[in-house]
Parts: sequence; C-alpha cells; structure tokens
Amino acid sequence: MYAFSRINEYFVMSWDALRAHKLRSLLTTLGILIGVTTIITIWTTIRGLNQYVYGQLSTIGASTVYVEKWPWVITGDFWRYRNRKDVTYKEYEAILKYSTLADHVSPQVFSMKTVAFKNEKYDQVFVFGTNDQFKETSNAYPEIGRFLTPLDIQNNHKVCVLGHELANNLFKQVNPIGQRIKIGDDRYRVVGVLEKKGSFFGQSQDNYALVPIGTFQRVFGGHRGVRIAVMTNNPQRLEDMKDELRGIMRRVRKTNPADPDDFAINQQDMLTQLYAQLTTTLFMIVFVIGGISLIVGGIGIMNIMLVSVTERTREIGIRKAIGAKRSNVLSQFLLEAVMVASLGGLIGIILGFIAGSVILAQMDLTTGVSIGAIALGFGFSTFVGILAGIYPAFKAANLNPIDSLRYE
Amino acid sequence: MLIEMKGLSKTYILGTIEVPALKKIDLKIEKNEYVAIMGPSGSGKSTLMNIIGCLDVASEGDYILNDQNVSKLSDDELAVIRNKEIGFVFQTFNLLPRADALHNVELPLIYNGTPRSKRKELARIALEKVGLGDRAHHKPNELSGGQRQRVAIARALINNPSIILADEPTGNLDSKTGEEIMAILNDLYAAGNTIILVTHEEYIANYSNRVIRLLDGNILSDEKNKK
Repeated sequence: MYAFSRINEYFVMSWDALRAHKLRSLLTTLGILIGVTTIITIWTTIRGLNQYVYGQLSTIGASTVYVEKWPWVITGDFWRYRNRKDVTYKEYEAILKYSTLADHVSPQVFSMKTVAFKNEKYDQVFVFGTNDQFKETSNAYPEIGRFLTPLDIQNNHKVCVLGHELANNLFKQVNPIGQRIKIGDDRYRVVGVLEKKGSFFGQSQDNYALVPIGTFQRVFGGHRGVRIAVMTNNPQRLEDMKDELRGIMRRVRKTNPADPDDFAINQQDMLTQLYAQLTTTLFMIVFVIGGISLIVGGIGIMNIMLVSVTERTREIGIRKAIGAKRSNVLSQFLLEAVMVASLGGLIGIILGFIAGSVILAQMDLTTGVSIGAIALGFGFSTFVGILAGIYPAFKAANLNPIDSLRYE
Repeated sequence: MLIEMKGLSKTYILGTIEVPALKKIDLKIEKNEYVAIMGPSGSGKSTLMNIIGCLDVASEGDYILNDQNVSKLSDDELAVIRNKEIGFVFQTFNLLPRADALHNVELPLIYNGTPRSKRKELARIALEKVGLGDRAHHKPNELSGGQRQRVAIARALINNPSIILADEPTGNLDSKTGEEIMAILNDLYAAGNTIILVTHEEYIANYSNRVIRLLDGNILSDEKNKK
C-alpha cells in the first residue's frame, strides 16, 4: 500500500516535470516516436495485406497444380528455364489419359484480344482457350447461362463465356446470353457470364473471355505453349498427384533419368511462401531502420535526462535533505525517462496505425487495431526509456546533498 | 540528552592537503533548548551544522542523536534520520519551484510513506500553524520572501522533528519580515521544540538562550544568553 502510493506519487512528479517542458519533452521523444511510427506503419500495412493476399491466394485453390514451362517463383539462373520446350496440347492429352489421381484437367492457352459488341469495344482483354473443366480447376462458375460444355469443346463451337466485368462493360442493360460478340476478327455467341471475383491489387479478375481451346487454336494458331491445370478433389493426395504428373511428363518427354525436370509444376503455396518471404524481409528491413531510430531516440533521451539532472541538482538536494533515499531519487528520474519514451511510443502507435490504415485504404483494404502492435510499440519504447534513463537516474541518486543544496 | 558529540573531528581532503574543519569538538544539547551557533566564515559552523543535520558524517568521534549513534550510518540510513529527526530551514528557503505550498510542505511525508489523504490533511494543518492556510495552492514565485520562509518552516515541522535546524533563516529577508520569522521560531520554542540557529548576526543570536561561538574549528565559548 505504501509502495503503491509512492509509485503513484512518482507518476505525478514525472508527469509534472514533463508538462513543465512540453516542447522539450516532445522533441526529446521524437526519435522514439519516429521509430515506433515506422515499425507500426509497416506492421499494420502488412497485417492488412496478409488478410487480403492469403484470402485471394486461397481462391487459386490449394488442390490445383499447374504444369507449365515456367515456374512461378524463379530461383537461380533465369537462362536455365529459357531453352525449355513449351508444354503442349499432346502432353495435356497424355495427362488426361494416364493420370489416375487427377479429377479435373483443363488445358489453357491465352492471348490479349480486342473484344467488341456493337459500339462497345475493349482492347487488351484476356481471351482463354480451355475446356469445360476450367470451371472446377479455376473455380469459375456461371452466374447466368451455362459454362462451356464437352460438346462445345468437341465440336469447336464458336461460343464464349464472359467474365463478370467484361459482360457488364459490353452489354450494360442488354441480356448477354445469345448475343454475338466479336473477339479478334470472328464472331462468337455468348452462352454464359461468370460469377464476380473482384479485384486483386486494383487489377480486375473479371475482365476475360473463355472459348473452346480447339476454336482458339484454329483461329489464333496452335503454336502457343499450353498451361495444364490439374485438380484433385482430395487435397491429401496432392503430393501423390504431383509425383504422378512428373512421371507422366518425363515419360512423354523421354527425359533422361539423370536430367532434371524441364517443366514446372506450380501451386498456390509457392506464391504464399514467396509472399511470406517478401513481407518478412520487408519487415526486417523496416525493423532495423526503426531500431536505429529507437537507438538514436534513446541517446537523445539520455542526453536530455543528463541535462535535466544538472538543472535540477538543487531540487535533488532539497529532496535528499528532507529524507529522500537514493532509491527514491533513482525511481523518480528513471520513471521520467520511461514516461518520455512511452509517450513517444504511444503517439507512434497511434500515428503508425493511422498511416498504415491510409496506405491500406489506397488499396481498398482495412485492418483492425492489433494487440501485438500495441505491445510491440509500447514494449520497445519502454525498454529504450529504461536503458536511456538508468545512467542519468543513477547520477541523480548519487549526488551529495550538501553540494546539491549549494548548487546555483 | 538530545545531542551528544564526543571528540568529533571533520577533515576535508583537498588534493593532497588535509584541511581540518572541526577539531575534537565536545558538545551537548538538551531537549527544548534554543541554541545559536556563531562564528566567522571558515570557523567550521557550516560543517557543524551539516553534521548536526545528518547531511554529513564526522571523520572521527561520535555523534549521538536521541540515543542513536549516527556517526557511521550509510547515506540511506541518514536520509531516514533526516526525514524523522531534522526539520531544515534554509537561508534560500529551498522550496521546489514548480510545486505549490501544500505540496512543498507534504514532501517529507511522501518519503516516509504517509498515505495521500493523511498527507494533505497534515500539510494543511502545518500551513495554518504558520498563518498560510489561505495560500496552500500558491507556488513559491507567487509568495513573498517571508511567506516562502513560513512555508519552509511548515515543511520543517510536518514530521514533528527532534530538532529544527535553521541556517541563516532571516538572511534573505528584510528586518521586519525577519522579525516575524524569528517570532514564529520563538513560538515553536515555547511550544517545546528544540531549535538550533546558525547565524553571524548578533541580534539574531540574541533570540536564543545559549550561544556557541566557533573559531578555527574549535568551540571558543559556550554560554547562556542573559535575557
């Protein structure tokens, strides 16, 4: 009870001392403030991004893999991949024929084309050639109308399915189903419009058209490399399926057993890992920068506390004369340093959260206040306050009362 | 016996030179005495005052205060003794400039752990005793010199100390205000307090009933004041 009332008393003393020099206190804590603001800004931003990016990446589907020429994440020598053969339609057929674990397989080729309906005309629209299984492998189901059917694929019908945004842009008030649109130089009948997927970093994921792959190849040429999406309904068999696909591809390509794969099997968690790596690196960099700022801030606090102890030598003398022990004086000055630092930390947390929220708002994202960020900001600033305050506080505590009372 | 000093010496060491400030002093002061310590500068009266006030310890000899030998205590132990036994009144008042009168007066109670509400009450009573009940929330720079010294006296009184140690209490005051302060000290003496006054003014020393004169670290004379 006595101890508590005394700590309470130190808080009042320290707060009074800080208020007596408002500008000085603010300037003193600026280093801490900037350091904590930097760290909390990035913390908040990355936290907001995480929720969003992991959400988006999960729409790729954890149980779908993509057999492609290029790996999604390139490590090491770029030129190693460049001379690889394209993945071909024949290889798609081989996977379809031999794979026992794959539940859905869709070959995919794409090109940027001009798409038009009457006076509405859009350049640079993604046009995919694929099959009916695309709806499972890419989780793209029709909102109205129907998807491409096996019959469309078999007979190379000139039909198309449109992404949500593309359909809206082209048709406005008109019902798109049954209308004929121009893709490149040819006309296609719209049979379906897909569900809305939203945007990813401002990039719409609904601005594309799907046509049967045979039609695509006949019209735009069959020379393009193919991407083969392979999906299993049982995620636990994913690794087995990848092994099987690797075996099929190597057999079809007659790869020498000693040679490495000359194709890539991509999957969502490669992107997840890459993203985690990038954000971790970014956070480490910011952490170091913020840390340097905290150290500089700590030195600033120590400096001002030393000045303050000298300025208040007489006060220390008075306190000691009327009965303050060394520990009393030590606590008072240490608490003062900690309070300056924590105040900077507190403002830093608030500013960092605001700055992070503003950055996220640019990407139409939001995030909540995180206990972790508050603990981090507050913990670090308090720690720096203790480190910076301990030496000046000891100096104050060890002053001789007689000399201090005489100090002018 | 309140104060008993036996063979008390204090020697300062300046570089390699030893400077004796007090030379084997013997001194006894009873409870409820009113003592003035006098002497020219360099006579050792400041040193004696610092030792009596437990701000400093002797190099040799014993100082027994209230039956407790305080000559070999540590800094923190001396702080406790100062808090409990000594009420200081300084020439320059030595109040905390940013704290109001009430807070200045309650300061000694903070360091012995008196609860807040009790502290405020005691401080208010002490301020009323010195006639400053209506100035509790004035800061030192809003008070006159005499009022400041009265705040300092209230602070000195708050723990009911064994000794009120006044170091040139009127040195920074005009003579009329000085007389008012001396009148307060007289009242405190009359109420049973022990007062030790350090001064170089004869007319101030005349308020006391015992004058101890120091010269070159020795007691030159120690006689009852004839009033």
